[in-house]
Amino acid sequence: MRLLTGATAVWSGCEPSVRPRIYFANHTSNLDAVVIWASLPVDVRILTRPVAARDYWTVGPVRRYLANRVFHAVLIERKKPTAHDNPLEQMVDALGTVHSLILFPEGTRNPGPEPGPFKGGLFHLARRRPDVELIPVYLENMNRILPKGELLAVPLLGRVRFGAPMALAEGETKDDFLGRCRGAVMALQEGAKA
Amino acid sequence: MNPDLQLRWMATGVLALLAVSSVTGRLLVRLRGNNPTLRNLNARVRAWWVMVAVFGGAVWMGPVATNVLFTLISFLALREFITLTPTRRGDHRALFWVFFVITPLNYWVLGTGWYAFWIIFIPVYAFLFLAMRAALAGDCERFLERTAKVQWGLMICVYCVSHAPALLQLDIRGYAGQNAKLLFWFVLVVQLSDVLQYVWGKTLGRHPVAPTVSPNKTAEGLVGGMLSASAIGALLWRVTPFRPMEAAAMAFTITAMGFAGGLVASAIKRDRGVKDYGSLIEGHGGVMDRIDSLCFSAPIFFHLVRYYHTD
Repeated sequence: MRLLTGATAVWSGCEPSVRPRIYFANHTSNLDAVVIWASLPVDVRILTRPVAARDYWTVGPVRRYLANRVFHAVLIERKKPTAHDNPLEQMVDALGTVHSLILFPEGTRNPGPEPGPFKGGLFHLARRRPDVELIPVYLENMNRILPKGELLAVPLLGRVRFGAPMALAEGETKDDFLGRCRGAVMALQEGAKA
Repeated sequence: MNPDLQLRWMATGVLALLAVSSVTGRLLVRLRGNNPTLRNLNARVRAWWVMVAVFGGAVWMGPVATNVLFTLISFLALREFITLTPTRRGDHRALFWVFFVITPLNYWVLGTGWYAFWIIFIPVYAFLFLAMRAALAGDCERFLERTAKVQWGLMICVYCVSHAPALLQLDIRGYAGQNAKLLFWFVLVVQLSDVLQYVWGKTLGRHPVAPTVSPNKTAEGLVGGMLSASAIGALLWRVTPFRPMEAAAMAFTITAMGFAGGLVASAIKRDRGVKDYGSLIEGHGGVMDRIDSLCFSAPIFFHLVRYYHTD
């Protein structure tokens, strides 16, 4: 994986750690979760699970196999969450006491240069689990390596930048918090250019 | 002297040079204390050991291994080049062709010895095909610019580079079975010129040649590096099919083209706002940073040899 994307990990705001964390990143390619996963040291990696859309990753045996067997993804319902089928509860469960999650708060792959608006899940997770560190991650070039809708990857050099941990501030509103998180990911993008 | 023995002598000489450089590097650290320049110098020397081992091993194993090595070099260089080049979604399929079809095919055709096709495959067929493929993708924004950049990457990183292993395919008069030595000599002169320009520039360099492009390239480094590398190339005239003065002229041409290649590579990097093409080779940057001079000198050297020394 690292060979294909030539991805280099840059830890610019924190160091790898096995404590429970939520890595949230911009989403442009199917490679995203894998590349973040591959950038983590092995001891962190085995405790980290990507969060993925059930409607996409249960179609066909290949996707099902990848999601369940290879990445141990937490598959959530993104179309019509119900009290019974609540993605938030699933993610909180998956975190448990030792696990970390990889989350793409845009909710879908976005081909544009800037990440789209973040969905509320990150906010609710932060409120439920204030002990978990929130790490912004910026993925560079992934959409050029494997864009949405393409099967064949082109071997360019990608980069994964991990930023400084964030937490929900006292009395911060949902929109403010999500805006701040999105800003943190975009700030890493600016940092990548400089 | 037995031809194989000559190759062995050259390899031994290079290894001895590396050993001296490693020891000198350590001594300098001990004498002056470690500083960033020395750290970079020692990292460069360490990387040279690896590069010499890889290149020497491939040449020793024969033309097929050499061809495979240069395919890999082209692939890595192209990857760095395209990464720096802003392409769009519409280029994806064209890029796939560039990496996985055109590049291997170029080297495969070269390996079969089909010169007439190899020499026009990328400049004619791939050139036209890529423009067509990008047009079919239907994205017209900055079309000419994007297509030209992909074509440029292919020409520099693949077509030009492949002229170095192409030296092995030439039927040089009175030199049958010895082409590996010529390739070794060529790469030695190119890289020594780079190294010596660096050494002369670091020690005596005062006047920048092209301050807007690369402030590290100085007139002193340029002249010193080119002349000393040419002198070494001329001294090694016995391993080449050339007469002594001719070897000097060839080596001088190689170093001059190498300088041009380095300058152009710097201009591209400056335009894209980066210092190095990549980080694969410690101390040197990317693969492209190491072979930029070879890209420019290989085709010219190849054609000079072909024109003057083959039937």
